[in-house]
Amino acid sequence: MSTEREPILELRNINKSYGSVKALTDVSFKAYAGEVIGLVGDNGAGKSSLIKTISGVHNADSGELFVDGIQRHWKSPHDSMAAGIETLYQDSGLAPDLTIGSNIFLGRELTRNGPLGKFGFLDQKSMERQALEELEKVGITVPLSKRTVSQLSGGQRQAVAIGRAAMWAKHVIILDEPTNHLGARQSLEVLKVIRAARDQGLCVLFISHTLPHVLEVTDRIIVMRLGKVVKDSLTSEYTVESLLGTITGLNT
Amino acid sequence: MSTETPSDAGVAQSTNAGVLRLMITRFRRGDSGMIPIVIGLVILCIYFQVRSSSFLSVGNLTNLMIQATIFILLGIAEVWLLLLGEIDLSAGYNAGLGGGLATILVDQQFHWPWYLAIVAGLAASTFFGALWGMLVIGLRLPSFIVTLAGQLGLEGLLLWVVDSQGTGGSISITQPDLYNIVYGDLTPLFTIILVVGTVALLSFSLIRRNSSRAARKLESVPALLMSIRIGGLVIAGGLLILIFNTDRGGKFTSIRGMPFAILIVGVVLGGCTFIMNKTKPGRYIYAIGGNAEAARRAGIAVNRYRLMAFMMTGLISGIAGLVYVSNLNGISDGINGGTLVLYAVAAAVIGGTSLFGGRGKMVHALIGGFVIATIYNGMALIQLGAPQQYIATALVLLAAVTIDSLARRGSTLVH
Repeated sequence: MSTEREPILELRNINKSYGSVKALTDVSFKAYAGEVIGLVGDNGAGKSSLIKTISGVHNADSGELFVDGIQRHWKSPHDSMAAGIETLYQDSGLAPDLTIGSNIFLGRELTRNGPLGKFGFLDQKSMERQALEELEKVGITVPLSKRTVSQLSGGQRQAVAIGRAAMWAKHVIILDEPTNHLGARQSLEVLKVIRAARDQGLCVLFISHTLPHVLEVTDRIIVMRLGKVVKDSLTSEYTVESLLGTITGLNT
Repeated sequence: MSTETPSDAGVAQSTNAGVLRLMITRFRRGDSGMIPIVIGLVILCIYFQVRSSSFLSVGNLTNLMIQATIFILLGIAEVWLLLLGEIDLSAGYNAGLGGGLATILVDQQFHWPWYLAIVAGLAASTFFGALWGMLVIGLRLPSFIVTLAGQLGLEGLLLWVVDSQGTGGSISITQPDLYNIVYGDLTPLFTIILVVGTVALLSFSLIRRNSSRAARKLESVPALLMSIRIGGLVIAGGLLILIFNTDRGGKFTSIRGMPFAILIVGVVLGGCTFIMNKTKPGRYIYAIGGNAEAARRAGIAVNRYRLMAFMMTGLISGIAGLVYVSNLNGISDGINGGTLVLYAVAAAVIGGTSLFGGRGKMVHALIGGFVIATIYNGMALIQLGAPQQYIATALVLLAAVTIDSLARRGSTLVH
């Protein structure tokens, strides 16, 4: 990583406690546009707390957070979304009974101007067309039809969810266990979408317990243990064994 | 009609030979639409006509449609909440309260103008809908229990209001405008204009939507199925004009034209369908019913739309109440709002709306309401009483939820 580049996301000495439990201790790292960063660690290592801090679910007790060079304080997840960060949680955030196009635009619907220029009706046609174009950009080819999301396979659903995040994120997408519960081939689809999102110039934070996936798709891996960042190195410097050792703390 | 085939190059399912296959695929993925239940309804009608020759008379069919209005309107009211996975058990008594209040307010004692009385009745019903909504949302109580309490409370309130008028537990409508909701009719000419206009508009939008889908290489409907649909619409429209515009008055008077109540149902159904398909609130209600967490994360003010649905249920219950008091020519303290609301939920579910949220359409209440009214009306005609009516409705309801459940298993995602 060249140090002259401006990081798109930077955390400095983030601390977070729940009561007497210290969840994050002096967490610092930089993330750049166009890279996939793996965030790994055992259960309770602080991954979830860290994601929540970045995505605005809660605020850190102390420390600084910069997005695109500007220091930020989130009041709600909407603030982080407005700043260009999209988060995809473990359970896919799609509405099963709506079509793919409707899901892509959920909460950001396009409308045709109504009689008063305000009370607009949904412009389904434009939404479907744009959804198709945007999904193609990240290499997703799902049949865009009347079909609802509930009629897609698990892998297609996850791909659509990531495509949705990639379409709306200006800077960072956070993916929490996106390949969980997916079969081998479906996981490959998802990894393909992650690479495509990176090639679009996004920074992808990839959280997973499936270490082969992490090693395959990431450029850099941050390992957390007991609320601290214990290692932050290029992916090429890890093997499955050394990564597992770092996560569990049996070697360093 | 079948010569106007939309450009279907590249769309595999657009061959006429594929109609049956398409229907089977759709049934498998829980998308069979209302075809099975429409076939069931036709079979019911044939059976009743064979047993009693007066079933398909214009007088009885008009009567059947009037009977269906209350089930359809209350069914539409319930669909608003069923789409969210909620329910309103108080809708029957809420209808009674709204209609009863309007009846009392136009009475000799108050003699409000009819339109103000109607507004007051609807406002009261909407208020109670909003109240249940606020309790469910604010205190995170289950809607089943809140509206069960609401059903009991509103029954008490209705008894109290009606009995306190000192007219022996029932109040008759003496005011012509309220009475005319059901017993007033459009002129035959206006009936024709309205029905032909509606059929033309629906056919036009069906064709336009399908050819636009085909043009964009999206899944479209084969020309044969389109012709069947549009043919069905034209035939239904023709039958409606025939039924409404044939004199059903008997020897001494002449009664022709569409009853106002049918028009009211059409407007409510059309309006609600439009909101569901073409506006953000409709879209958000589907999203919240399917996955409330996803909707919240998408930045949707979930509770605002849940409250809106509760209020719409109240408002439409009130409209149903106005039709009810008009049809029965008054309100009595013996109104069985508990049974009415169960019929309303049954109507929505028979039509194909899921009890678990996310899946359903306003038009399901129409078809389900017709099924229930047909059973009700037909069994009375062939001299079968309440016991058989209840049992037959029970069987139809069970058949409908079984089909729904089997279809759900066919789709890949179980909620």
